[in-house]
Amino acid sequence: MTLLAVQTLNGLQLGILLFLIAAGLTLVFGVMDFINLAHGVQYMLGAYLAVACYQLTGSFWTAALLALGAALICGLVLEVLVFRHLYDRDHLDQVLATFGVILFLNEAVKVIWGAAPLSLPVPELLDGSIQLMDNFRYPVFRIALIASGLAVAGLLYVLVTRTRIGMLVRAGATNPEMVAALGINIRRLFMLVFGFGAMLAGFAGIMAAPILSVEPGMGDNLLILAFVVIVIGGIGSIRGAFMAALLIGLVDTLGRSFATDIARLLLPPSAANDVGPAIASMLIYILMAGVLFFRPSGLFPVRSA
Amino acid sequence: MKFVRLKAWAFPIAIFAVLSLVPTYASVFDDRFILLFFTRILVFAIVAVSLDFILGLGAMVSFGHAAYIGFGAYAVGILAEHDIWAAWISFPLAMVAGGLFALFTGAISLKTRGVYFIMITLAFGQMAYFTATSLSVYGGDDGLTMWGRSEFFGTDLFNGDASFYYLVFAVLAAVYLLLRIFSASRFGRVLRGAKQSEARLQAMGVDPYRYRLAAYVIAGVIASLAGALMANQNEFVSPAYMSWHRSGELIVMVILGGLGSLHGAILGTVAYMVLEEVLSGYTEHWRLIFGPLLILVVLYGRGGLMGLMNGLSRRAEK
Repeated sequence: MTLLAVQTLNGLQLGILLFLIAAGLTLVFGVMDFINLAHGVQYMLGAYLAVACYQLTGSFWTAALLALGAALICGLVLEVLVFRHLYDRDHLDQVLATFGVILFLNEAVKVIWGAAPLSLPVPELLDGSIQLMDNFRYPVFRIALIASGLAVAGLLYVLVTRTRIGMLVRAGATNPEMVAALGINIRRLFMLVFGFGAMLAGFAGIMAAPILSVEPGMGDNLLILAFVVIVIGGIGSIRGAFMAALLIGLVDTLGRSFATDIARLLLPPSAANDVGPAIASMLIYILMAGVLFFRPSGLFPVRSA
Repeated sequence: MKFVRLKAWAFPIAIFAVLSLVPTYASVFDDRFILLFFTRILVFAIVAVSLDFILGLGAMVSFGHAAYIGFGAYAVGILAEHDIWAAWISFPLAMVAGGLFALFTGAISLKTRGVYFIMITLAFGQMAYFTATSLSVYGGDDGLTMWGRSEFFGTDLFNGDASFYYLVFAVLAAVYLLLRIFSASRFGRVLRGAKQSEARLQAMGVDPYRYRLAAYVIAGVIASLAGALMANQNEFVSPAYMSWHRSGELIVMVILGGLGSLHGAILGTVAYMVLEEVLSGYTEHWRLIFGPLLILVVLYGRGGLMGLMNGLSRRAEK
């Protein structure tokens, strides 16, 4: 029972991280029709910048703020240097160029900070753990991560559904040509969305730095998961990204901790030990294939094709 | 007209001519490394050509193409583990296994379009990958070492460095010719037509789904064949053959070469792997150079390396 509760919280935490990355990805994709493989690298940059700023300032909070700004600047620099020239290209050109960005930044990080994993200490204020139930303590920082992620999700929801900018973003995701024709500077909207997405990914990186190891290539696997999330959720849909991120986070985490036990009920132990982990790793992909089979454009499709 | 025909064939013939000279070069300069390196390149080129057939011609961006390499490689590896070395058993089996997987997953994947297709092929690729890691009898995560190579009716075809190179070269040439013939036929025209406008094709009474599926299966079979060759080359089979990194790399190779021409995929594979090798010889941080190079190719060379070449030859004519 305790294990289930812990793993559910861990699943939520992974889901929140995924949401923070996927939110930017789905907006950039939905609004600009731009496949940005380098989005995972921006998550990595957020984590590294946080560590670097911490080494400079010695305070988690200042470091987090500085890193957030730096992540935004990095995102905008990339936009101006590379991505801006790719918006009107086809998807494959974007894949190739952003793949080049991944190679470059993963290596640059290795050159600057070394290949060994770094870590960021948990801030004192959020150190320690609290009692949630009998025999069940959970680290405060992880709870703070979940809470801050939910807060960002709420903020994003208000921003997207209740403000003029949000309206433009939603309109842009549905029909960008029409928005441009109505006299909106779509390029500036793009840059805004892009910078915001980069900052969200950076924020995810900063929040992940104290609990995961900060290493080159740490964004690559999460990028794939984030793509799974936005495809399940429906491209361009923040709501879809949120639902799908939590779903993927929970399914993946719970699958990994219980698949072997469940397999043991059906199979002899030695076979279960082989099959369990494999099934657990496959679960989210099975889920995605299943969703796409029945709903070919995700759970919350935005663009009516 | 005849001149145009000749020009369309001149470039691929030049590529194959250069590649056919590699063993001679290697024996004259006593450079075994070059021979082994180019064998590896050609095996990947076979996969890249098969990917270009569906990606370039039919706009089916498969992000799980490396899975078929794994099917071919594991077919050979597992049979070898059971002491079956005959190539005439293992190679057809490898191709059938890959083909069946392609038929099953393609039938489902081809219901989706665009990015959704990319992601669903990734999903199937990952399922195959994790299945391979769970095969603990056959090495699991660590992979499976083969204590030898396939046998071909008692000859040394697989064992000699040069003979194996020529074998891979012949397979690549045959695959290239076959796919060129396919792409020039009605079949290829339907694929290209479906890429431009599916509705128009359907209005003409052609259902592109079956053609796409056929192309997808053909590509899977060819990639499995390449996987069977790869298992022989490395005398080792591992789940890493099927990882999504590998699938991504293959897509990059094909786009780098230029889509749809098939020999562009060969050029892209050679360029990618040679550049990687040369740059990593200079510095361990070769990706710092390689990454921006890729970006420059996209920004300034529309249509990949083939696009660059065509641009140059057009300028030369003027």
